[in-house]
Parts: sequence; structure tokens; C-alpha cells
Amino acid sequence: MGLEAYLTLAAVVFCIGFFGVITRRNTISILLGIELMLNSVNINLVAFARFSGDVTGMVFTVFTICITVTEAALGLAIVILLFRVRRTVTADQLDLLKG
Amino acid sequence: MMTGDGMFALAALLLHALGFVVLALAWPLRRLGRPAAYFSILCAVGSLAAALTAWQRHVDGTVSRMVWEWLPAEGQTLTTVGVLADAESTVMLTLVALVACLVQVYSLGYLSDEPAPALGRYYAYQSLFAFSMMGLVLAPNFVQLFISWELVGLCSYLLIGFWYQKPEAARAAVKAFWITKAGDVGLLIGIVLLWRQSGTFDLTELRSLVESGALPVAGLSLITFCIYLGAVGKSAQFPLHVWLPDAMEGPTPVSALIHAATMVTAGVYLLFRTEWLFALTPDVLAVVAWVGAGTALLAAIMACAQDDIKRVLAYSTVSQLGYMMTAIGAGFATAGFFHLLTHGVFKALLFLGAGAIIHAVHSNNLPQMGGLARRMPQTTIIFLVGTLSLAGIPLFGGFLSKEEILGAVWAGGLTGPFIILMVVAFLTAFYMFRVVFLAFFATPAAHDTHPHDPPMTMALPLWILAVLSLGIGLYFTVAGPALPFGPAEAEFHSPAWLMPVAVGSAVGGILLAWLTYQRRIIDAEALAGAFGPLRYAAHKRFWIDDVIDAAYGVVLLGLSRAVGWFDRYVIDGVLNVVSAWTLTTGDDLRTMQTGRVQDYVYGVAVGLMILLLWVRLA
Repeated sequence: MGLEAYLTLAAVVFCIGFFGVITRRNTISILLGIELMLNSVNINLVAFARFSGDVTGMVFTVFTICITVTEAALGLAIVILLFRVRRTVTADQLDLLKG
Repeated sequence: MMTGDGMFALAALLLHALGFVVLALAWPLRRLGRPAAYFSILCAVGSLAAALTAWQRHVDGTVSRMVWEWLPAEGQTLTTVGVLADAESTVMLTLVALVACLVQVYSLGYLSDEPAPALGRYYAYQSLFAFSMMGLVLAPNFVQLFISWELVGLCSYLLIGFWYQKPEAARAAVKAFWITKAGDVGLLIGIVLLWRQSGTFDLTELRSLVESGALPVAGLSLITFCIYLGAVGKSAQFPLHVWLPDAMEGPTPVSALIHAATMVTAGVYLLFRTEWLFALTPDVLAVVAWVGAGTALLAAIMACAQDDIKRVLAYSTVSQLGYMMTAIGAGFATAGFFHLLTHGVFKALLFLGAGAIIHAVHSNNLPQMGGLARRMPQTTIIFLVGTLSLAGIPLFGGFLSKEEILGAVWAGGLTGPFIILMVVAFLTAFYMFRVVFLAFFATPAAHDTHPHDPPMTMALPLWILAVLSLGIGLYFTVAGPALPFGPAEAEFHSPAWLMPVAVGSAVGGILLAWLTYQRRIIDAEALAGAFGPLRYAAHKRFWIDDVIDAAYGVVLLGLSRAVGWFDRYVIDGVLNVVSAWTLTTGDDLRTMQTGRVQDYVYGVAVGLMILLLWVRLA
């Protein structure tokens, strides 16, 4: 399998993630979508590292995974706080910024 | 040219400034009334002494010039302040100082019933006026002249409106201010235009420019005409004379000082001071002469139809100012200036005399007087001296200056104005003796009050002025018409028939007044009836006030309304549309902000895509 196949997979995963982010109403589902988008980027990085023989990409992937975990933990904490204050986690109802 | 003699002229000026500043700042003193008046009079007496010394030092033709730089500009000084004392300006300075001093003393008696704070205010204004007028007289350049010119206008406004509780007085003050201001605009334009042409405001420099022929003549007529406009407003020439009769609403001493002797003659003085400039533009001089003669006639006719003693004198002032202007227009400014000086003395005398009558009778109306000769013998003699001077009877002050003017106008070749002035001489004698006979000799009206001669403070200034009026006449009759300032100018020789004719017309006027109002041989009503339309017109003030009112109402208010409409509907309209559009657009754009996180993410993604496409395609 060539580089294109990995890149296509990454693109597909990214699109699925993005679609999830902008269509799901549940805040946790949106976080999951963001995870998917980040992982598609990881696939890209690993694929490029593998095909160009440069390990830098793989090192970056490790970093990204760490950051992703942190981000997920933070995101979930925010969701819990949100639920405590607003008694809901539906993104549609969280429209305090409405002009 | 620079000598220390200018110090005295400067002292005369600054003493009045001191009086004003002290009265203006030391309000406890001002509110005391009489002490404030004494202080002001003290300054005025000192100023008179300084002015007399200055005159005596400059009478031989010495010129002192003391100037200080005032507006520094690139490379050179734009203008200066200071004093330019020469024979002409110091003699005028003396007149101002004299009349100001006498009027201040006189006011002490005349305004004795005023509350103390008002009296203090009155003296503060008086000092400011005298200071400004002296600043005008001694001005070495047009800038100082213009500033003083405006200051005397301000003082005139303040003093006409001294009894501001009276609506007529307040109205008259505003009218005087605005109408003179209309002329002042011309003066300002003229001064600036002249500066553009010559690069200097300084009178001495301008004069040397004119004498060396270095001043470009192109457009000079416009400049002199603009300067003349200022004189038209200030010296109450047709058609801007309408403010002066109304200015009689002020206290009588004010009328004597400002509206007879000094301020209204400022226009004549200005033209006299710049005669070398006007000599370059004979066409403007012709206008000056004809307007002057016309004003003299018109005002004399109106004076005949007045029953208010102060208004008769006011119209007489307008008429005499016309006389002076005609002489200047004829090219003999010195004759006009000579009449200005004698007129200043005897007209101040007449006004103060009228003030004494009004003080005694408590009315301005001639029919309510009558038979005052027995009750007020002093005032009668004084008033007669003034009247004879004004009528131009030999041996009295006004005689020689009037002859001088008539001779000048004849020598200037202005036959039309000459004939008009002759008629005016007749009318002057007639209306003044009408006043004399009606007020002093006619059957006494029923008096509730008991008129008596004025107190000492009022009588003394009157006597001084009366003696001066007679003294000037006698002096010049003996010494010949050598003028008391500058080199004597024997520029013209009056024809021999002139004096008998002029005196004859004056005596004719007196005779007619005597027959009509004293002996009642000629019925006054029949006489007036013979001039029916003219009398009607005179009562209507020749409709000039109406024309000015209409011009104000239609032109000025109309223009203001049009401009106001334009501002309200066009300019404001445009602004309103723009602001309304901004508001609705903002309202519409607001809905973009849904507050939903996902919409923002969507927006970011779309924006990013557009950016990518743009980078790709560019």
C-alpha cells in the first residue's frame, strides 16, 4: 500500500470527526469528534514518517497523543462543570454568546 | 521724531485705564457708588491735565511716536501698540479728556438718585470709554485703531443700555450695536485689504508710502470706500444713522459725551486722519461729500418735526456730522476737523443743558416745558450760548468752523452740496430756536414740579463749556481762522459774499422760529401744513427705519430660515439616513452571532477553506 492510501484514510477519519463536531448536539460527542480529527492527523504524521524514513514525525505523534489525552481530560472536566451549572450538556442550549 | 513728549499723551490714556481697572476689580469700592465716582473723576482730572500738557507740547507740529512691538511675525513685527501724538491727535485728545472730565462731574449731580452699585458701574463704563476713545485718537496704526473703535462701540452699547430695565433702552442699545457693527465689517475689510496692498498697518509708514507714490492705486477706491463704511456706521451717516436718535434712551450725560462730542465723531476723525489716503480716490470723496450733505439735510428736516428735546439734539448731531463729512469730501478735511472740535464743545454743552432741563422738569417733551427762562435763568443763558454757536452766529464757537466748511465746500467746487448745506444752516437755526422758544419762553405749561437751576456739580461743567464755546469764537474772531493745531492751512479763500449769506440764512431761521413759536404771527400748524408730505415723511423718519427693518426681516431672517431649513432637513437628513442605515445593518449582522459553538467552528472551517483556495489560486 502506498502513501496515498494512508493519507486517504486520514482524510476520511478527519472528515468523519469534523462532521461529528459540527452536527452532534451532545457535548461529549463533539469531544469524540475532536479526538477523531486529532487521530487522523496522527495517522498522517506516522505515514509520512514511515515513508520518508524520518522518525521526527513519530516522536511528534507521541507528543500529540499525550496532548490529546490531556485535552480529553480537560474537556470532560469542563463538560461536568457545565452540567453542574446549566443542568444540560446539549450544545444547542449553551448559547450564552448569542448576539 | 522720537521724543519723550509722548509720555503725556500716554499718561492721559493710562489714567483712564487705571480708573477702569480699579473700578472693575475692586468691587467693594465700585459698590459704594460715590467714592467710586470720586476716584474716577480724580483720574479724569489727571488725564485732562496730561492731555493739556501733551497738546501744549505738540501744538507747534512736533510729532512723538511711542510704540511697542505687539504681534511678532516671521522676520518682522506685524503690528505695534502705542501712541502717535501730533498736533491733530493731541487737540482731539484734549477735547475727549475735557468733555469726559466735565461729563463725569456733571453725572454726579444728574445721577444722584441712582442706587450706589449702579453709579459705580456707570463710572467704570465711563472710564473704559474714555480710555478706548483716547486709544482710538492716539492710535499709531490701524489695528489699535480698530480695537479701540470696537471698544468705544461696546461702551456705547453698555451706556445706552445703562437703564437696562427699560425695554426701549435695551432695544436701543442692541440696535446701536448692530447697526454700527454693520459698518465696522466694512472697516475691517478695508484695513485688511489695505494691509494686503501695502504690507503695513502703520499710519506713518502708510503716509510715507502714499507721499512717495509707492502705494499701488489699483483697487484703492474699494479700500477707501470700505474704510468709509466704518465711518458711516460710527458717525451716523445715511443710511446707518438710525441708531443715533434711539441711542438717546441712555442717560443724558452719556449722550453728551458719546453721542455728541466724541464717539460719533470718530468716523470723521478717521477720515481726517487718513485724508492723504482718501485724497488718492476722488470718486470716494465725492460719495463722502454727497452722502454727508444728504445726511445733513435729512436729519435737519427730521429735527424740525421732533417734540423730544433730546431727539432734536440727536438729529442735529447727525446733521452736523453730515456737515463735517461734506467738508472732508470736498477735500478740505481740516475744515471738517475744526468743526468737529467746536461742535464737540457746544453740542456737549447743549446736551448737558438739555439734561439740566430734563432733570428739573422730569420730561423730554417740549410741550411740557415752557416758561423755563424765569425759573432756570442760568440754564437759559447756557443753552442760548450753545444754540447760537450751533446756529453759526458770529462771535460764537460754531460760527467760524461753519464758515470754514461752507467755504471749503464752495472751494471744492461742490455746488450741489453747498446749496444743501446753506438750506441746512437755515433749518438748523430754525429747529434750535424752536426748542429755545418752546422750552424757555413760551407760555408755561402746568408744572407739578418746581423746576430750578441745577446743583453746583451740574452747573459748573455747563458754565465751563459755555465760556469755552464763546471763548473759542471770540479767540478766532480776533486771531483769524488760524487753526490751533498743525501748520495753518490757507488752502482756500472763501468768497466775500459767503459770510453774509450764511449768517443771513441762520438769522432767517431764527426769525422764522421767533415769528412762529414766540409771537405766534405764523401759525405753527399752518407752517407745518405747508410742508404736509415732508412733515409726514419726517415723522415716519423717511421710512429708513422701516426699510432697514424690512431688510432685516425679509433678507436676513429669510436667509436664516432658508439656511436653517437646509441644515435641519438636508444636512441632518443625510446624517439621519446614514445613522439609521448603520443601525439596521448592525441589527441584521447581529443575528450572525448565534451563540452556538458549532456554528463558530463551521465558520472557522469555511474561512479556512476559502483561505486555502485563495492561496492556491493566487
